[in-house]
Amino acid sequence: MEWQIPEGLKFTRRHEWIREEGDNTVRVGVTDYAQDKLGSIVFVELPEIGRKLRAGQSMAVIESVKAVADTYSPVDGTVVEVNEALPDQPELLNQDPYGEGWMVRLQTAEGCEKVELLDPGAYAGWIRQQEEEGEQ
Amino acid sequence: MTARKTPFYTWHLDLKGKMVDFAGWVLPVQYDGIVEEVRRVRESAGIFDVSHMGEILVEGKGAAGFLQKMLTNDVAGLKEGQIKYSPVCYPDGGTVDDILVYCFHGEKYLLVVNAVNTEKDFAWLGKHCPDDVTLRDLSKETAQIALQGPNSLEIMLALAEKRVASLRYYHFLPEVAVAGIRCLVSRTGYTGEDGFEIYCSWQEAKEVWGELWSAGRENGLGLVPAGLGARDILRLEAGMPLYGHELSEKISPLYAGLGRYVSFDKSIDFIGREALLKQKEEGLRFKLCGLVMAERGIAREGYTVRSGGADIGWVSSGSWSPTLDAAVALAFLSPGYAAAGTRVEVVIRGREYGAEVVKLPFYRREKQWNGRYRKG
Repeated sequence: MEWQIPEGLKFTRRHEWIREEGDNTVRVGVTDYAQDKLGSIVFVELPEIGRKLRAGQSMAVIESVKAVADTYSPVDGTVVEVNEALPDQPELLNQDPYGEGWMVRLQTAEGCEKVELLDPGAYAGWIRQQEEEGEQ
Repeated sequence: MTARKTPFYTWHLDLKGKMVDFAGWVLPVQYDGIVEEVRRVRESAGIFDVSHMGEILVEGKGAAGFLQKMLTNDVAGLKEGQIKYSPVCYPDGGTVDDILVYCFHGEKYLLVVNAVNTEKDFAWLGKHCPDDVTLRDLSKETAQIALQGPNSLEIMLALAEKRVASLRYYHFLPEVAVAGIRCLVSRTGYTGEDGFEIYCSWQEAKEVWGELWSAGRENGLGLVPAGLGARDILRLEAGMPLYGHELSEKISPLYAGLGRYVSFDKSIDFIGREALLKQKEEGLRFKLCGLVMAERGIAREGYTVRSGGADIGWVSSGSWSPTLDAAVALAFLSPGYAAAGTRVEVVIRGREYGAEVVKLPFYRREKQWNGRYRKG
């Protein structure tokens, strides 16, 4: 597999990753596969702090040279932090999607609503399937 | 229908090109990255597979007169080895295609046409073709390579006959050896840079590409492969129209700002003349303009342009411009808003983003340079 899929994260079918941070917050970004498919990213529009998001609701917009993509919140939650570096350095999303290219931190509640989350193995299978469909 | 492969298909795969279907062909949209490819073409050189382009040979006693009737530009004065750009129009002024006309002599011309229009053009020309003119579609046997960027000449000189150096812009040599293979070479391109377009037979094409590639990777010439994505941005920065965006069956060359390629004065009445003259006399409802975004957003094709809440036009092409370090777009605007410096808004995902009308092209290369544009 040519795309990084780190252990310890969960993934959505729309190519976001989510990491539980232990204090009832989660960190969210887009996967290596997503940034690779988008190509050079030039703008990122992040949500305002304090905004309440439903699982599956549009969270941020990523513009690459080629395309524009919505990203969606994987969980019900409130935006408590956004990656302030991204508006000025959108290329961080290409360079380090799981690290410095993170997008949003959300406060969640116990047992909150989530979209279907995949573990690394299942996500690898999902992108393989997407690639095969793309080739047909 | 299965998309066709050019002679360079395996090269693209070896170079990790991301392949897409374009106008019935499998071509690379990018290799390592569009932004980097654009930069490298502006700074050093890029090699593009443009074998999808169509080539139609027009021969016979009536060839010159036939073309005068079919093309909006005046090709009567074309000399051997000269090239002209011209739109082709329908009687209602809509655009059939925009093409290059290569003049071998007064009875032999080569038309280089958009891939997406090749079959349509051949049928349209055939429908009007007189008995003393023959048409041949050479597209399937002709490969084409575009070598573009300030180092193009130096790369060419490493393997082509030295006389390519004396080619002026929009001129060609019908037979010149490149890596020992007979090619047609023109000083043309779709990037706004100096460069060459090289035509050769399908069978020998891979060898020409291979030799160009080797030469361009030596002596710091910095040749990179460049895909359709970079090609589109380069032409956009250079303010060049793309059929299907700035020109179409609905959009006449006058709307696209190509009035200088429409010769109302030539001796033979061309197809579309009456309709275009009427458009000109009645005044154009839209004018093609350049936009530079003032806010963080990319104006993409089809987006609405507004001023003071009223719709005043639409975006025909838009992208991030690595060269300008800004988002730019071509847009058709009501004439009242077409002056440089006018502030307008582009509707992006339901919100208005500020933009400014600028003079085209967005990018123009420095005319004088000696050998390399940038040392090192």
